[in-house]
Amino acid sequence: MAIKDLPREELMHPGAGSCPACTDLLTLRMTLKALGPKTVLVTPASCTASVACGYPKTPFGVPVLTMAFAAGGAAASGAVAALHRLGEDDVNVVVWAGDGGTYDIGLQSMSGAMERGTNFIFVCYNNEIYSNTGVQRSGATPFGAWTTTTWKGKVDQRKDMPAIMLAHRLPYVATASASYIEDLYRKVQKAASIRGPKYLEFHIPCAPGWRFPMERTIEMGRLAVETGAWALFEADDGKVEFNLRSKQILDGKTQRKPIEEYLELQGRFAHLFRPERDEEALAGIQQFIDREWERYKQLAACGMSVG
Amino acid sequence: MERYTADTTISYPCDGAAGRTGGWRDFRPVIDLTICIRCLRCWAYCPEGAVLRADDDSVSINYDYCKGCGICAYECPKKVIAMEREE
Repeated sequence: MAIKDLPREELMHPGAGSCPACTDLLTLRMTLKALGPKTVLVTPASCTASVACGYPKTPFGVPVLTMAFAAGGAAASGAVAALHRLGEDDVNVVVWAGDGGTYDIGLQSMSGAMERGTNFIFVCYNNEIYSNTGVQRSGATPFGAWTTTTWKGKVDQRKDMPAIMLAHRLPYVATASASYIEDLYRKVQKAASIRGPKYLEFHIPCAPGWRFPMERTIEMGRLAVETGAWALFEADDGKVEFNLRSKQILDGKTQRKPIEEYLELQGRFAHLFRPERDEEALAGIQQFIDREWERYKQLAACGMSVG
Repeated sequence: MERYTADTTISYPCDGAAGRTGGWRDFRPVIDLTICIRCLRCWAYCPEGAVLRADDDSVSINYDYCKGCGICAYECPKKVIAMEREE
């Protein structure tokens, strides 16, 4: 899959209300390219909902059902049942939720929909904060990051949501990044080709929330993968396989870059570097990433059985 | 487009749902097509879909809606896109 092979058709209209350099919008654009017009989106409260919710105009070229924060999975279950009743089983039902609507507030209804075997795709676009409401911490915010509710840096580690989804024994779980757009496109298409509940998680750098110059947004996502702060993998029937750069790192063909190269470019970690370096916190973050990769090795070796 | 009647609020798709977002721009991307290699990275990575792809894979900018984020210029492997200050 090369960039040239991406379809020309655009299902997102230009002139949406999102911030400049918004990777939520970028990944939405690519996801809709991959899925085509026979798609229904469900958006719980999130940045996307505030982009979609305008009246009387919307930038979406597909139907969007805007839903309460906790109800993404439940609304998708209803949409799938309604479409089935209408005899339209070939429609992709996609929940498009932020990390708040996935890790925290949306967790139980999503878990229920997964457990019931609903035929849908749940996409978590993870920018590691509640950005729409003004940058509050979420369960996906990494240790040490400044937010408006953790103004001396978050003191807890993030959850591992893809692992929680693997434990649901889904036929397909994958992580992707806005900075590896062909990989993301392929994973969305693959998810659409599989029946049953699918979980995708996109890592999407947020320039206003993470406080870095917006033109470096794609570079920031790339650095997250190169430093190992984010890993690209997919699990087909529980068999875990890492992709692209993350596979090279796992196989020992490429070294992970030091995590500081990723942190020091972001204003949300500035307090770890200025006025003086917080050596303890920086070493702690690096150790956490190292431990994560030990765990990834075990995950790639053992996977998670389905059935 | 088919219009629906329902007891709820329905919005319809169109360009510029949030207005002419090109007015948000501080810097304007300008492409030098003579050295562009048509790799389409700018088109793929434009969040807005404001980089237009022609049939021959040449690119141009939709200035009505380009928000001037500069991702296209930063990601261009040949650096053929300059960000010029808006008047």
